[in-house]
Amino acid sequence: MMLDEILKGLFPLGHDVKTSAAGLITGTGKRKQGVPIAVIGVANGAALGTAGVLPLAEEVLKVVAKGGDTPILVIVDTQGQLMARRDEMIGLNEYLAHLAKCLLFASQLGHRTIGLEYGKAAAGAFLATALATDCLVGLPGAEPSVMDLPSMARVTKLPEEKLKELAKTTPVFAPGLDHMFQMGAVAEIWDLKKPLDEQLEQTLRNASSTDTRDELGAQRKGRLMTAVVAKRVIAEATGQR
Amino acid sequence: MEDTASRGKSGWFDATARQRVTGLLDPGSFTEFIGPSERVQSPHLKMFDLPSAFDDGVIIGRGKLKGKDVLIAAQEGQFMGGTFGEVSGAKMLGLVRAARDHKELPQTVLLLLDSGGVRLQEANAGELAVAELMRAIVQARCAGVAVIALVGGKSGAFGGAGLTAATCSRIVISEQGRIGVSGPEVIETNKGVEEFDAQDKALVWSTDGGKNRRLIGGADAFAEDSMDGFRAAAETVLAKVPSLDLKTMQAEQERLTSRQQRLGACDDAVSMWRILGIKDPAAVRDMDGKDLTALANGIKEANHDAR
Repeated sequence: MMLDEILKGLFPLGHDVKTSAAGLITGTGKRKQGVPIAVIGVANGAALGTAGVLPLAEEVLKVVAKGGDTPILVIVDTQGQLMARRDEMIGLNEYLAHLAKCLLFASQLGHRTIGLEYGKAAAGAFLATALATDCLVGLPGAEPSVMDLPSMARVTKLPEEKLKELAKTTPVFAPGLDHMFQMGAVAEIWDLKKPLDEQLEQTLRNASSTDTRDELGAQRKGRLMTAVVAKRVIAEATGQR
Repeated sequence: MEDTASRGKSGWFDATARQRVTGLLDPGSFTEFIGPSERVQSPHLKMFDLPSAFDDGVIIGRGKLKGKDVLIAAQEGQFMGGTFGEVSGAKMLGLVRAARDHKELPQTVLLLLDSGGVRLQEANAGELAVAELMRAIVQARCAGVAVIALVGGKSGAFGGAGLTAATCSRIVISEQGRIGVSGPEVIETNKGVEEFDAQDKALVWSTDGGKNRRLIGGADAFAEDSMDGFRAAAETVLAKVPSLDLKTMQAEQERLTSRQQRLGACDDAVSMWRILGIKDPAAVRDMDGKDLTALANGIKEANHDAR
């Protein structure tokens, strides 16, 4: 689905969301009853570097500085972090973490944050954007991947065919929306036949700053150990065990 | 029993995670949670015919640092590159959540990072573990917990570990420590040797290495490569820890914007260091720890609460 269509579906009452030449999404959409929702994101599969992070984080901080509880929608189609020596030299890790921190901090102050992945999402850029929201939604056709199978075959020294076979039995390593759903990373997959604005309202009602992805992964049987191990650590630390 | 003075001088870079934990903390003060005898290990590695580790490459527990109660986690860089897997990630996650939710526990968490990032054999679980850990760190910091990253191992702190480091309240690094997102080899493989020659050691160190990170403000303290060095640096940064609030985030926005504007066009680290006001930037390469610390302490950009 194209970004323009998605925005039209999300905001029948209108929006001023723009995409820059570098693929940075910023603006505001009108929800039902005319209340605003801030929109940021990365479009066209663009890579996210130090320069790209700054205007997005600035939008988030503006929303927080204004007060209230205006929600923030993070729309994502990114190939990953920009791979460039100069960006690394000036500390790309700090820039990506800054954007994630701004989103996570906004959530702590009561701004609901919703991620909407409609294309690719990978690696460090995924962590800085969609995975730093309260609730990550996948649109059918989205392709989240931490690493693609050919690269994984190279690193693990296993043939791609063997990896494809393994991927049928576990969602733990291979790319794909269904896998990320089973793991609890993607909370919901929306139905393109139903109005997007209504699905957004529903998602906003359910979202919270409490991280339940580990529980969700366990319920969906995609990630059985995270919640158990994390709880066991807390029990041992507090002497409950 | 090992002699305390010689233990203090032993190197951090070559040490195992377990040696770092005992070397960093006050002697005899460490208590481990979910130790290796409990064999809480990765259920995924056998699928790839890879050996697993009884602690999945992460040691967690509590102890004392110069008398102060702390929670501590250490990644073992020599097991699977210290990577975030489902179990190793969940152990760190549980530790930070414990500090966040239980005021009776130590309100200082030390993360001894030594990691190439996400474990590819468990890529989806590893990526999520980092996302969950970053959220837990932000929530813990908002609740008043100090989370300190210490970086000086062979695997550095790349990918998700690089983002985790920059989510913390403070970062301690040694000369041998490296922080980044994509490592030099990854950039060379994907973008070509013209973009990044991973064989050029001087280039690699001046890009990701501890001296550059400290000088531009990407790390808050410079540690000698020893147990005592990291003990001293950790104590220094713990004296004043920034809280995570709107002012801090706005200050970080300003700090990173200014860095992008001033240093973004530089092609090499020496040019950046010159812009930062260092009179003889070429001398940085051979500078010892003491001089580097003194130099960094005089640079405005390297000393901030904007993290």
